[in-house]
Amino acid sequence: MHKKQCGNGVEMKQYEIVIGLEVHVELATKTKIFCSCSTQFGGEPNTHTCPVCTGMPGTLPALNKKVVEYAVAVGLATNCEITRYSRFDRKNYFYPDNSQNYQISQLYLPICKNGGIEIETAEGKKTVGIHEIHMEEDAGKLVHDEKRNCSYVDYNRSGVPLIEIVSEPDMGSADEVIAYLEKLRLIICYLGASDCKLQEGSMRADINLSVREAGVKKLGTRTEMKNLNSFRAIRRAIEGEKERQIALLEEGKKVIQETRRWDDGKGISYPMRSKEDARDYRYFPEPDLAPLVIEEEWLENIRERQPELRDEKMERYAREYDLPEYDISILTSAKKLADIFEAATALCQKPKKVSNWLMVETMRLLREREMDAEELSFSPGHLAGLIELVDGKTISGTVAKEVFEKIFDEDIEPKTYIEEKGLKTVKDESAIKEAVRRVIEENPQPVADYKGGKTKAMGFLTGQAMKAMKGKADPSAINKILLELLS
Amino acid sequence: MANRISAGEMEYAGILAKLSLTPEEQKEAGKDLEQMLNYIDKLNELNTEDIEPMFHVFPVCNVFRNDEARPYEGGRNKILENAPEKREGRFVVPKTVE
Ligand SMILES: [Zn+2]
Repeated sequence: MHKKQCGNGVEMKQYEIVIGLEVHVELATKTKIFCSCSTQFGGEPNTHTCPVCTGMPGTLPALNKKVVEYAVAVGLATNCEITRYSRFDRKNYFYPDNSQNYQISQLYLPICKNGGIEIETAEGKKTVGIHEIHMEEDAGKLVHDEKRNCSYVDYNRSGVPLIEIVSEPDMGSADEVIAYLEKLRLIICYLGASDCKLQEGSMRADINLSVREAGVKKLGTRTEMKNLNSFRAIRRAIEGEKERQIALLEEGKKVIQETRRWDDGKGISYPMRSKEDARDYRYFPEPDLAPLVIEEEWLENIRERQPELRDEKMERYAREYDLPEYDISILTSAKKLADIFEAATALCQKPKKVSNWLMVETMRLLREREMDAEELSFSPGHLAGLIELVDGKTISGTVAKEVFEKIFDEDIEPKTYIEEKGLKTVKDESAIKEAVRRVIEENPQPVADYKGGKTKAMGFLTGQAMKAMKGKADPSAINKILLELLS
Repeated sequence: MANRISAGEMEYAGILAKLSLTPEEQKEAGKDLEQMLNYIDKLNELNTEDIEPMFHVFPVCNVFRNDEARPYEGGRNKILENAPEKREGRFVVPKTVE
């Protein structure tokens, strides 16, 4: 709810915002939707192209079965009805990123409709409706050359399969939009249907936003905002557009229905020059593709293959493992993390210890290496092995951190590694005694401090002895010897 | 019954089709389109209630391809062969943004 206060304290009109989202997701198929070209990202320009995806005359599209299965899987996971008899349609427009002069999409009979997902909001749980999900092909990429006054076209992305998930206008704040997107992202990642990376464009959100006076039923005129590639940009764009529309209404002006482009650097949006002014796509049924019939048996088959999704996983973890809610939410925040957790726990039966390694050290290293949790590639068995080595006091906690970093980076086998590197905890008391004695000799001041009653000096001395032992000692053993020698 | 296409509608159709027509050509094409619309009207005389619309001439459905990559044997050179202008493996087109 947006409240504006006048200078003299008179309360002005209250507004609420209404937001619906169109989310495009690139599917994780190996090949394009209508041809056998690779979908791999980052190839040399036009090296993943063929006559089909460059719109050569006389070519025919051939539908990738996996695209349909992913679309249905996402539909089932978002509680949609699956359209048993579905078709493709042609959306006509001229633009160089689209070599056919039409995009094959679905307008009349989209593959999924009437679904919804539950999100957490400040006021509790809320369902955001999903109007429909349809399949379509992505366009090529344009690069503009200011100097030569021309544009370059690369069709590697042309024909990459997309699903467009159209929500109902059920969201009322940036927080709700982000909760919805996060939920959607996790569902799709868990399904393995896409990696859903906003920054890299494998997930793109267009925002339809309108404002209306609080209490008014009728929706206001909406605008559509494009070019949002981070949660931060989405939040800022929503705030910016809300302010802009309210300001217009306050001045007695009208909001114009248009598409706007968000410039995150400048923090403002601009109306986009629509594709040659005409938004008249003249859709018609695609004559080059046969209709799609989803038989009960196929649907059952896809349903059976659905993996456990995050919500179910969280409930199961709470039941099966004695873990704090916070741990569960972190562990399930990426499918890969949850997979490692389950596999390592099955091996060592120590869920809380596995959880700690994943929540603390793994998260730290992911941040340092600027990696995504889905990119984790170490063997859960190596983590379980490491936990056993610490518990059996074969290595100290300090050494364990060092070894874990090696597991994280190179997936080394911890037992072999510590033997090769001689990292086992020294159990030989005389060696520890020797090191402690040296530390006492070399640090007369802290020793005096300790003897003068400054117990804090003990921590320093233990640290020095641990350092002298290169971390290969049990701190409690050092402590015990220190106390002995100093008393 | 007879359809009339206004000059304004013809201009709009020209914009959509990316065609720049001379006034004479617009007139000619307008007449052709009027005839086509008249023909469609004839079809509209038929009673099509309770008849399933036909979207595809062959009684087939579910024609699929498996998700297996196969690079195009012609390669990039073949794809770019007919391009009026190309640079560094890309098609060159008139600038699309202001
Ligand atoms: Zn292709």
